[in-house]
Amino acid sequence: MINKLVFENLKHRPVRTALGIVAIGVQVTMMLTVVGLSEGMLEDAARRARGTGADIWVRPPGSALIGFSSAPMPEKIVEFFEKQPHVQVAVGNVVHPIGGVNTVTGVDYEKFVRMCGGLTFLEGGPFRERFDIIVDERYARQNHLRVGDKVRLLNHEWRVAGIVEPGKLARLLVRRDVLQELTGNTGKISQVLIKLDDPSRTEQVIQELKRKLPDYQIYSIEEFTSLFTVSNVPGLQAFINVIIGLSVVVGFLVVFLSLYTAVLERTREIGILKALGASRGYILSILLRETVVLVLAGSILGILGSYGSRWVVMTLVPASLTQKIVPHWWPLATAIALGGALIGASYPGWKAANQDAIEALAYE
Amino acid sequence: MSEQDIIISIRNLWKIYRVGQVDVPALRGANLDVYRGEFVAVVGPSGSGKSTMFHIIGGLTPATSGTVIVNGRDITRMTDAERTRMRRTQVGFVFQKYNLLPTLTAYDNIAIARHIATGRADLEPEFMEVLELLGIAHRLHHKPSALSGGEQQRVAIARAIVNHPAILLADEPTGNLDSVNSQAVLRVLKDLNRRLGQTILMITHDMEVASWADRIVHMRDGQILDWETSRPVPAVRSGSETNTEEPN
Ligand SMILES: Nc1ncnc2c1ncn2[C@@H]1O[C@H](COP(=O)(O)OP(=O)(O)OP(=O)(O)O)[C@@H](O)[C@H]1O
Ligand SMILES: [Mg+2]
Repeated sequence: MINKLVFENLKHRPVRTALGIVAIGVQVTMMLTVVGLSEGMLEDAARRARGTGADIWVRPPGSALIGFSSAPMPEKIVEFFEKQPHVQVAVGNVVHPIGGVNTVTGVDYEKFVRMCGGLTFLEGGPFRERFDIIVDERYARQNHLRVGDKVRLLNHEWRVAGIVEPGKLARLLVRRDVLQELTGNTGKISQVLIKLDDPSRTEQVIQELKRKLPDYQIYSIEEFTSLFTVSNVPGLQAFINVIIGLSVVVGFLVVFLSLYTAVLERTREIGILKALGASRGYILSILLRETVVLVLAGSILGILGSYGSRWVVMTLVPASLTQKIVPHWWPLATAIALGGALIGASYPGWKAANQDAIEALAYE
Repeated sequence: MSEQDIIISIRNLWKIYRVGQVDVPALRGANLDVYRGEFVAVVGPSGSGKSTMFHIIGGLTPATSGTVIVNGRDITRMTDAERTRMRRTQVGFVFQKYNLLPTLTAYDNIAIARHIATGRADLEPEFMEVLELLGIAHRLHHKPSALSGGEQQRVAIARAIVNHPAILLADEPTGNLDSVNSQAVLRVLKDLNRRLGQTILMITHDMEVASWADRIVHMRDGQILDWETSRPVPAVRSGSETNTEEPN
């Protein structure tokens, strides 16, 4: 019976109900998008690291995990690694930021290809000239590039030599020596990738390397990719929290306003229910159920919205951003939205429950 | 008539509203007994405290002092929550403005009163006969906006009696109706009183309407006159069923 009343009430003011649902939907979409982007981009970075085929990842002493490393390691160190037992191939790369979250990576092409088992060219092929660049399909799509097109990066014009399938190391590959020279890092590198002849010896080799190079950050690829989490990116968790906080405030305000006007509008009806002997709890439960219905409908809309935002991201900026659909966050986002909404419902609900029946009945 | 048959007993009832700094006495020591099965009309000038007395009897507002015994229980000693519970089963209200819930059908308007009282939202099969009696059985699936004033008021009456209350309190039930619809509503009230023995208190300004009742009590300045003065109740409709014979 209460449900019928709730349903009829919601139906009675379709625009207000729709706006409430949409607002909660936007709130849920916001949460799912920011979480989906964070997780998607971290996963994508981890996937590209795994795609290199390396077993061990070496970073210079004291560098941040994600952040734009300069190139503080001497190139010579690659030879040192290659002389170690079980090392099949070691590749030293230079990573240079090009604005936003994007970087360009200078690789020792021959060795890198050997390590990762070859790049899959969708169009074009390897470097031929000094200022050649290989881009992945997503970057090409985002920037509408074809082989032979010119790209301007680092104050220089590059020719697109090839377009490859994404998932190996970086979206933008150039020749290492060219990038080193261009960025004033001649003879220096930012990371070393090591492939072993026998991956089961990874731990053993790492122990040995750590003993010899105590200051360096040396990880197995599992360890390295497991570092790609929200909590390991400085400020990311705080950023997510801010967005969630904002969306909770939005949900709170929307529900507050919507129920507040509903309670004012229904003053007389609340008086009728009270005259019929409805308790405070009965009246409160009507409003709370309305809130729950709004939140559930809004959450479903919000989840659909996150597919929409992913489509937009993946269509417009597939190289800059990667958004994941995060089903494990659906209940959480719904619960957060419900929390905000229930807080928003509490004052109108309290007001309704404590409405004086006689005054309410006299209300025009 | 024994004490046992008294269903409402009001003694020295006061109600003082406080408006800002001013005390407004709405009831000043009212006394009234109503017998089980009686149909009583309450008449009196505007502001004489008629509605206030109904609201207290119906447990919508507490008294300032005095006692009001409804069906054996003194409601002036009840807590808010007890009065809320009492409202569910002991009293039914009918108002001048029909006060139906606009979003629900007539049926659901009746059913929700039952749901509030019993937790069940289906009407008893016997109650369908009452709905026939009220002449609204065929209009139950309409929303109030699709019903005439008279039909709405009869739905409101059905809602008021669905939980078999000890008393039915009707505050100017015909105040918004034309004479044809008024007649229909009054006939229904009379029928409920006659056939089901429903105790009814009805406020009205209209002596013609009041004449449908078994007894008329007058109020003025927050008091019941016939009690105070023992003056005889004015004549009722000529040739009418009853104000001399005992109500059943
Ligand atoms: N909620 C309230 N607050 C303050 N004063 C009130 C309130 N309700 C009623 N009164 C006052 O109490 C007195 C009695 O009012 P009540 O409504 O009981 O009269 P009534 O006999 O029903 O009048 P009417 O025939 O106009 O309906 C009036 O002076 C009224 O102004
Ligand atoms: Mg009145």
